[in-house]
Amino acid sequence: MVSLSDYLILSSVIFCIGLVGIFVNRTNIITLLMCVELILAAVNTNFIAFSHFLGNEAGQIFVFFILTVAAAEVAIGLAILTLLFRVRGSIDVDVTNSLKG
Amino acid sequence: MGSEQIIFYFLSFWLIASSLAMIFSRNAAKAVLFLVLSFFSVASVWILLEAEFLAITLILVYVGAVMVLFLFVIKMLNIDKSTLRAKFAGYLPLGLIVALIIIAEMTLVLGNAQFGLDVMPAPARHGADYSNITELALQLYTTYVYPFELAAVLLLIAIIAAITLVHKKEINRKQQSISEQVNVRAKDRVRIVSITSSSKENK
Repeated sequence: MVSLSDYLILSSVIFCIGLVGIFVNRTNIITLLMCVELILAAVNTNFIAFSHFLGNEAGQIFVFFILTVAAAEVAIGLAILTLLFRVRGSIDVDVTNSLKG
Repeated sequence: MGSEQIIFYFLSFWLIASSLAMIFSRNAAKAVLFLVLSFFSVASVWILLEAEFLAITLILVYVGAVMVLFLFVIKMLNIDKSTLRAKFAGYLPLGLIVALIIIAEMTLVLGNAQFGLDVMPAPARHGADYSNITELALQLYTTYVYPFELAAVLLLIAIIAAITLVHKKEINRKQQSISEQVNVRAKDRVRIVSITSSSKENK
């Protein structure tokens, strides 16, 4: 039988891979968005594992709402990306430094 | 080692391998395809956890819609050939150190002593008459009906925001101007010209 800690450790490994992806690909906004998706998948796996082992469906409901918010986030993020490419001609993060943050 | 464990480790291997390939691939389109593979593996893990509805939703919504949207944008912007990874090596050691520390801490906290099978035993598998969708729907339409409607409104806002952001103003589009129509006077539209009628002998 697979224990709960196996699922939790698997999802933490996936979370960290997404984190390393953000460190590594920090100039490419599209890959940054994909790494955020990976991190969200890891978090959802956590929720579903606890929901299964505790016998409570509330965790799965929460995952449902996370999926909704993530889909909206991706749609708006890609729209902003398209707009950025239209204005700047590039999606390099280092080019988009008008705010001098 | 039971068959469930074999399946779990098989899925975990492909999940981790495709995620690593995703973050280290130089081509954005290939990265999307590796992400599709890792989403399939995540969905299979969710089916192992008896969350069938969410697994199917993940494949239909994420792989079917969101990942295809990513591919569209990558192909439209034509950035798959561009080399955006000049600073690759600079931040890799720092990221690896942070990730290894996080994994070590998580393994300490989430190990078998805290969440093992003897602490938290695996629940009995449901029978063939169990419907995950029915259970979720009972919760979703009774207890969580208000957040459910809020999620619908959120999706509507996302649609409007995405269209408003990307929409270009067209130059030669015909549209009404209500205030001009209301404020128009007769002298703006009708011009009275006095023309002397020609007499017959001029003909």
